[in-house]
Amino acid sequence: MKDQLNGLEIAETVKGRSLWQDAMRRLMHNKAAVVSMVLLGIIVILAILAPYLSPWAYDEPDWGYDFPGAPNGELKHWFGTDGNGRDLMVRTLFGARISLMVGVLATTVSLLIGVTYGATAGFLGGRIDNVMMRIVDILYSLPFMFFVILLMVFFGRNIFLIFVALGAVEWLTMARIVRGQTLSVKKKEFIEAAHAIGVSNWKIIIRHIIPNVLGPVIVYMTLTIPQVILTESFLSFLGLGVQEPLTSWGVLISEGAKQMESAPWMLIFPAVFLALTLFCFNFIGDGLRDALDPKDR
Amino acid sequence: MLLDVQNLTTRFYTHDGEVCAVSDVNFSIEPGECLGIVGESGSGKTQVFMSIMGLLAKNGQAEGKAYFNGKQILGLNPAELNKLRGVEFSMIFQDPMTSLNPYLRISRQMTEVLMEHRGMGEEDATKASIDMLDLVGIPESRKRIGMYPHEFSGGMRQRVMIAMALLCQPKLLIADEPTTALDVTVQAQILELLARLGRELNMATVMITHDLGVIAGLSDRVVVMYGGRIVEQATVHQVFNDPQHPYTRGLLDSMPRLDDPGSDKLYTIAGQPPNLQNLPSGCSFAPRCEFVMEKCWTDRPELAEIGSGRMKACYLEKM
Amino acid sequence: MFAYVVRRLGSAIPTLFIVVTVAFFMMRVAPGGPFDREKQLPPEIEANILKVYNLDKPLHQQYFDYIGNIIQGDFGPSFKYLDFTVTDLILAGFPVSLRLGLAAILIAVVFGVTAGTIAALKQNSTFDYMVMGLAMTGIAIPNFVMAPLLALVFGVYLSWLPVAGWNDGALQNQILPVITLALPQIAYISRLTRGSMVETMHSNFIRTARAKGLAEKIVVVRHALKGGLLPVISYLGPATAAVITGSVVIEAIFDVPGIGRYFVTGALNRDYPVVMGVVIFYAVLIIGLNLVVDLIYGFLDPRVKVE
Repeated sequence: MKDQLNGLEIAETVKGRSLWQDAMRRLMHNKAAVVSMVLLGIIVILAILAPYLSPWAYDEPDWGYDFPGAPNGELKHWFGTDGNGRDLMVRTLFGARISLMVGVLATTVSLLIGVTYGATAGFLGGRIDNVMMRIVDILYSLPFMFFVILLMVFFGRNIFLIFVALGAVEWLTMARIVRGQTLSVKKKEFIEAAHAIGVSNWKIIIRHIIPNVLGPVIVYMTLTIPQVILTESFLSFLGLGVQEPLTSWGVLISEGAKQMESAPWMLIFPAVFLALTLFCFNFIGDGLRDALDPKDR
Repeated sequence: MLLDVQNLTTRFYTHDGEVCAVSDVNFSIEPGECLGIVGESGSGKTQVFMSIMGLLAKNGQAEGKAYFNGKQILGLNPAELNKLRGVEFSMIFQDPMTSLNPYLRISRQMTEVLMEHRGMGEEDATKASIDMLDLVGIPESRKRIGMYPHEFSGGMRQRVMIAMALLCQPKLLIADEPTTALDVTVQAQILELLARLGRELNMATVMITHDLGVIAGLSDRVVVMYGGRIVEQATVHQVFNDPQHPYTRGLLDSMPRLDDPGSDKLYTIAGQPPNLQNLPSGCSFAPRCEFVMEKCWTDRPELAEIGSGRMKACYLEKM
Repeated sequence: MFAYVVRRLGSAIPTLFIVVTVAFFMMRVAPGGPFDREKQLPPEIEANILKVYNLDKPLHQQYFDYIGNIIQGDFGPSFKYLDFTVTDLILAGFPVSLRLGLAAILIAVVFGVTAGTIAALKQNSTFDYMVMGLAMTGIAIPNFVMAPLLALVFGVYLSWLPVAGWNDGALQNQILPVITLALPQIAYISRLTRGSMVETMHSNFIRTARAKGLAEKIVVVRHALKGGLLPVISYLGPATAAVITGSVVIEAIFDVPGIGRYFVTGALNRDYPVVMGVVIFYAVLIIGLNLVVDLIYGFLDPRVKVE
């Protein structure tokens, strides 16, 4: 096997570029990923600038137009208005704010829990590792989505609860990845060397293990964000997510689905935004994975 | 001549450009002889035979000619090649742990060869397979044939691989680093087995290795490869007693010796193997050669006959 | 084998115990309840209601009663559907949900595996890119978006299929819910299959099979598929969980009288016993299916010792 020529390997050892530079270069060659990054950038900027892009407010109806009203350029209702006469473009972009914020914050929560848990288990190893991973296995077999729904039902529809609940659900896979990486890094010579010269455990974790597990973590994070956005939209769709007058894509799609026969724009615009965002994150995640772990795939 | 390879060049097309793994290689094998192919990782020694077997990765492309019993076999389509692979010539690989299919019983993996190529029925094929397992020294072969690969030790798995390769009594067996992944004692047993089988079945053997020690007691002739080219070709005796190429000499010197108590320091060849993507115009060994001359950097020495059937690619008259 | 099943069941029981306990106490800690009304009820009526629903006993007593009842398959009365017990509702809804779920998984496996395998064998071909592009679409468009879109196209614009309703399980009423449930799973399974088959086709034992001069068909079917499809087997557990979760919203959208619809109305009405009953029922189902999947896996992969 060693001898079987994988051209990339050879090229790499010879040129000796840094791993990250190399990954960056490969990512930039991935058209789908680059287009996704640009699109996502545009969506984020639109979401930030939402209040300045339209004369209409997200929570005030336009009394001079239909409830709901079809897209109309003259009135600057480019996406039309919803059942309460509110401008759909502004609502879609405000929904983007909520959805993206939930995605990023809940993923951060899952990252914090998952990395801490996984790194601890992997670094300590032995029996503690066994027990910790067994707990993860048990949690895996639970229908977590239903617990989030239970939480929402019992404790009301609080947006911070959504972050925490979703983050608490999504950390399991992250913990597994980080543990696996930590275990494999731990066996490497440079860690043993650091141990031998008396570097403390925490310093080893911070200086050596974390930078080495960063790649897979970033990839998984990119793939967790759309997962969380999806889950939040799912909850909102069921009427368990964010509450009026705030909105998210799930709420808008849910409202749109109810009136799709008479006002299809109410469904189509938020659906396109949600799907596009999920597309972008998935493509970027895939691109990052291929860039950081180059196999002939 | 059993196998005659002419002007074999193998290239891989990668994202970072073209990699030339094998450049203009010529050699031949006589029936029943044992040929050793020696070189470091990346010297192209394995890819020479992957090209001949039609097992190159998808981005690989081989040019040149390879005549097996007079028939050109390089670049044959898979269907035609399948009439020869596993029948006329077989190949075994370095890692017996992963080279057997973990999901199938040994019986299935062996009988399918005979059923496919010899048209045998299941029962006859099983009988023949058990006989072959006996021949390669697997104890309790009747019981063991029903097991899965993971129930065998590394050495036993390599024996199974050998048995599988020999089912159709091929005229040529190519062994790619067959002992590298095994324990030292097991290594010796496998090498002995290969030598014995070669003799008993009158079968030519190619032993691909990075370890000159492996071929010392086994091969008749040796081909030394470096940077995708043959740099020296001679009998085993000549190579061990009078190496002509500085690289061969380096390989010899870097072998640990038990018979020379004076040398307790292990010699290593300084420097790195060459970049196959961007081979120098001169001799690819020049940067590591202790006898390097001016013209070595600009003009590559061709492989040329230096008398008594031996060849080398070096300007050096005498080391 | 038998011992393994027993041990796995042994570890499933504490898991279920945790599920029940957490659900029970979450419910009791939750602020407000199903009987919160604007106006205060007379004390004797309130006491009566609490008594009927077993809420007047001490908390630990309620807990043990609840567990005892669950073991007997009794999830208590529904707070909203007054004449029904939760068990009634689950038994009424389950056959419908099961039919949808099974059909969706079956379709997902057949299409996903076929598409993924062909894509892997024709790596980097147009077909490969097409399948992977479609798979990405299947993953990126959530089923609660897909469902109304499909209903809009096939129900409203083309009028080929009913927009919603169950009609006692008529085939044309099942098509859209099943397809919507299956699409994301087809996407996941085809991606999974492709990745695993690509890896398998590059493995050493495939090289050995080729070196033995076997026809490509045998190499793929006999040597590659078995190992290549193992990840799909282990994905069946999560896939079932995903289909069950998905069925909740799909049943609500297409107005299918399955468990999911009761769950959603239960959640919105704070009908605690229904919500908890469904969660526990699904937990049992998912844990049981995971066990079955593990057993199948152990049966297919000789290296996994099922002892």
